[in-house]
Amino acid sequence: MERIPILRMGNFLLVTIQVDMHDQLAMTLQEDLTNAIAKYGSRGVLIDISSLEIVDSFIGRMLANISGMARILDAQTVLVGMQPAVAITLVELGMSMPGVRTALNVEAGMDLLRELVTANRMETGDDDS
Amino acid sequence: MTTLKSESMAVVASADVVRLRQKVRAWTIELNFSLVDQTKMITASSELARNTLDHGGGGTCVLEIVTNGSRTGLRLTFEDHGPGIPDLDLALTDGYSSGGGMGLGLSGSKRLVNEFQIASNVGEGTRVSVVRWK
Amino acid sequence: MSKLADVLQKDESELRADWIKEQLAAVRRRDLMSDTELQTQSTELLKSIANAARNGNVTDISALEWSAVRERLTDISASRAQQGFSPEETAGFVFSLKQPLFARLRAELSKDPAAMFTELCNATVLLDKLGLVTFAAYLKTKEQLIAKQAEEMLELSTPVVKLWQGIVAIPLIGTLDSNRTQVVMESLLSTIVATNSKVAIIDITGVPAVDTLVAQHLLKTITAAKLMGAECILSGIRPQIAQTIVHLGINLSEVITKASLADALAVALQKTGKTVVKADKHNGKASDNKDGVDAKQVGQWKGA
Repeated sequence: MERIPILRMGNFLLVTIQVDMHDQLAMTLQEDLTNAIAKYGSRGVLIDISSLEIVDSFIGRMLANISGMARILDAQTVLVGMQPAVAITLVELGMSMPGVRTALNVEAGMDLLRELVTANRMETGDDDS
Repeated sequence: MTTLKSESMAVVASADVVRLRQKVRAWTIELNFSLVDQTKMITASSELARNTLDHGGGGTCVLEIVTNGSRTGLRLTFEDHGPGIPDLDLALTDGYSSGGGMGLGLSGSKRLVNEFQIASNVGEGTRVSVVRWK
Repeated sequence: MSKLADVLQKDESELRADWIKEQLAAVRRRDLMSDTELQTQSTELLKSIANAARNGNVTDISALEWSAVRERLTDISASRAQQGFSPEETAGFVFSLKQPLFARLRAELSKDPAAMFTELCNATVLLDKLGLVTFAAYLKTKEQLIAKQAEEMLELSTPVVKLWQGIVAIPLIGTLDSNRTQVVMESLLSTIVATNSKVAIIDITGVPAVDTLVAQHLLKTITAAKLMGAECILSGIRPQIAQTIVHLGINLSEVITKASLADALAVALQKTGKTVVKADKHNGKASDNKDGVDAKQVGQWKGA
């Protein structure tokens, strides 16, 4: 079965979605990511959608779900690289994806993730360094 | 409206939704749609195809290049013989959901296209037709 | 075969010669089209009309056999519109065929006045309809040209400027209808990507009135930018606009708003991790007196 690869970078997980996903692939990704967060104790997830030319409500919901599930597992999620045409279409569709953090690109996304993870660590008094 | 080109596609599996998106992309590129208009039309087709699949039990999509004399556009007609939609007005309201998701995608899709027509009968099926002009 | 169709076929070369003579007399724009080109266009059109009339139908030009003629006329008309011919000159192309055609019909049917009358009527109806096709095509081409120019003007009037590293601003001038909003949105979002900007300031000093629709358009733009990872600040809100917004019940609670572009810039700098510091006059280095900007230093300013 085809899967979208998940890269591990220290405390973080990086996913780059480059294919036009059919439903099964999207659901598998959701599962794989949550399993990986739990398995590696990851504190942050970066999802790169700069290659996605179409994000419909199903994919949008999936991305929001991943963000929610990750938070429950104590990991921050940042979505990066949404294309302008996609953003315009999502807004028109009525999907504003509240609660999902976004950044312009991978670099900005990693900066944001580090900030969020640090802030979260301070908030929860978690000191596992 | 006159039809200049027409093609029919089955929408019975989730792979068909992807295939339809790709076909709609090809046709919108052929019609020289702007990138944003391409994206809107392809996304609308994805939403409606999903509806046909998930709520209508599968059906067909007919793609047509149409012209009304001065303008050319793309028309998509989705048809299924599923349970039908009992309350159309409710289904077309923003945020309405019948399956725990974020809506039937109908109201959203309506905003992505220039013309939107829907007919549905409980027990018989649903037909949705949308047009995006160049 | 009707007499008209007959004449069109038989007397083609004479008709053509007379017709071209009429056109050359009428057309003033010799500079736009060479005589040879005129000859070619006329010959081909006449042949095509003769062909179409062959089956006996000489008045219903919406029928299938006339589609080639309609297409040819539409193309000729469109190209003349683009070349700069006047509408009269373009329609004149078809109408100037009347005299030569009538003359031939009279010659052929002088002994049968009833038939001559019928054919003259047919001829006039036919050429009038063809003339209308010409005119419609001409008009359509002109309309397309105007639409294209309007689009270009729209794009020109919404410049996006880079204020600082990572900060862009778009000063909106004039009314915001849905067409304009599309252009503004696309322009702003693509510039955000191109300049890698985290903050975009939308200044509405130049927007005369804000109603629910305009507010919706602005909110859509702001939401789209946020989805991409950029934050928008709305500035230039005049007191009257603020009143309207409250009265209309428009919810701007999710949006940062500032009265002036200057205030918006200060916030934008803060958000991108910069502070403005007063330079020390004596040795050009930065002194410790911050220039009134209440800044939460996010990064170390590597300076003095």
